[in-house]
Amino acid sequence: MGLNWKAAIDSVPILNKAALLTLELTAGAVAIGLVIGLFMALARLSKKKLLRAGSIAYIDFFRGTPLLVQIFLVYFLVPKLLNWDTLPDNYQYIAGVLAMGLNSGAYIAEIFRAGIQSIDRGQSEAARSLGMTQGQALRYVILPQAFKRVIPPLGNEFIALLKDSSLLSIIAIQELFYSAKIIAGRTYQPIPMYIAAALYYLIMTQLIAQWVAYMERRLGKNDLR
Amino acid sequence: MIFVKNLHKYFGKLEVLKGIDCHIREKEVVVVIGPSGSGKSTFLRCLNKLEEPTSGEIIVDGIPLNSEVNVNAIRREVGMVFQRFNLFPHMTAIQNIILAQEVVRKTSKAEARKIGLELLDKVGLSDKADEYPDRLSGGQQQRVAIARALAMKPKIMLFDETTSALDPEMVGEVLAVMKDLAREGMTMVVVTHEMGFAREVGDRVIFMDEGIIMEEGEPNEVFAHPKNPRTQAFLSKIL
Repeated sequence: MGLNWKAAIDSVPILNKAALLTLELTAGAVAIGLVIGLFMALARLSKKKLLRAGSIAYIDFFRGTPLLVQIFLVYFLVPKLLNWDTLPDNYQYIAGVLAMGLNSGAYIAEIFRAGIQSIDRGQSEAARSLGMTQGQALRYVILPQAFKRVIPPLGNEFIALLKDSSLLSIIAIQELFYSAKIIAGRTYQPIPMYIAAALYYLIMTQLIAQWVAYMERRLGKNDLR
Repeated sequence: MIFVKNLHKYFGKLEVLKGIDCHIREKEVVVVIGPSGSGKSTFLRCLNKLEEPTSGEIIVDGIPLNSEVNVNAIRREVGMVFQRFNLFPHMTAIQNIILAQEVVRKTSKAEARKIGLELLDKVGLSDKADEYPDRLSGGQQQRVAIARALAMKPKIMLFDETTSALDPEMVGEVLAVMKDLAREGMTMVVVTHEMGFAREVGDRVIFMDEGIIMEEGEPNEVFAHPKNPRTQAFLSKIL
């Protein structure tokens, strides 16, 4: 199997740049997803019916439809909703990060909900019995403990998100997969290019996995159970 | 100090409390005994509204327990100690004691810490201030939990089977702390299976069974000459 690796090696600077963009897109989506996720988890656990129903509808929609479809939907819907006549420069990045963030928000909401519910009821009872409001109990007692427990599933979500960012190539975002595909087409060397792309993804997901393991160790050091 | 009038509590269709009337005076130590499932813990948990009564009236320190505002105000004045300790595992002993003082009472950190250390000293754990709960024995955890409740300077303390989850050799150390509190004149409602404690420390014993108060009175009287047949049967099984 005579593979020509020259194209892949020559494209390292471009792939580096593209990989960095992939990381940035993922980081942006994670940030949005964490905020939405926390809010939706709390809404889902709220005593108010309307909040609960809204949260469930949100989660059902973004978990029950393909990310690919959501990317297109957001891409076309946002300018319509905001009445934009012309799209801003680099609009596809905004749409891409937003779509991924909205999508991961649904998954992260469920992760947070599970984490909050896994904390023994006695913890909030103890906090409430000391006169703390529900918000104070959540902030000082429940969430710090829940956060520790959700780090492993959050790590999974971040890794999935990083890989899924390859879907953003569909709206012409020049992230890692997009760049590999373009070069593969130009040089007629698809196999080396996609192997290179796979290696880049693997390295990045490994970095996330390592970071998650580190966080888990650091936050778990006072937790002998 | 605490007035309870015709308190009913259902869990679904199950009626757990079937009309409790009771008056607990200031500085009184009331011990609630009874078989498991008799509703004594539920009764206690209604007193600071960890359980929502289905009907009936509860007035604590002159404040009726009806709105959310009142509930938070009451809980500041009513300390509670649980069977399973419920210390916050992500905080050290002293942090456990400082938290609510700072957040609820708005005490300064330095002052809260000073109060915390005094209380740890009082429960005999001044050397454990910076230990995490996981590093403490059950008895030590429970004493920290008592100190944590006391830090709020409550007027009333509720004890919910505080020694039931402890190894036998640790029961004494927790009871000793509770006895000290009683001696200092704290108003206490104690749900317990420790009949020795009830007899020695209690001003009054309430015997509950099947969601009602079957008998109440002075401990020596109730233990020596129980009038109700249910009380007699219960006491004959455990004494």
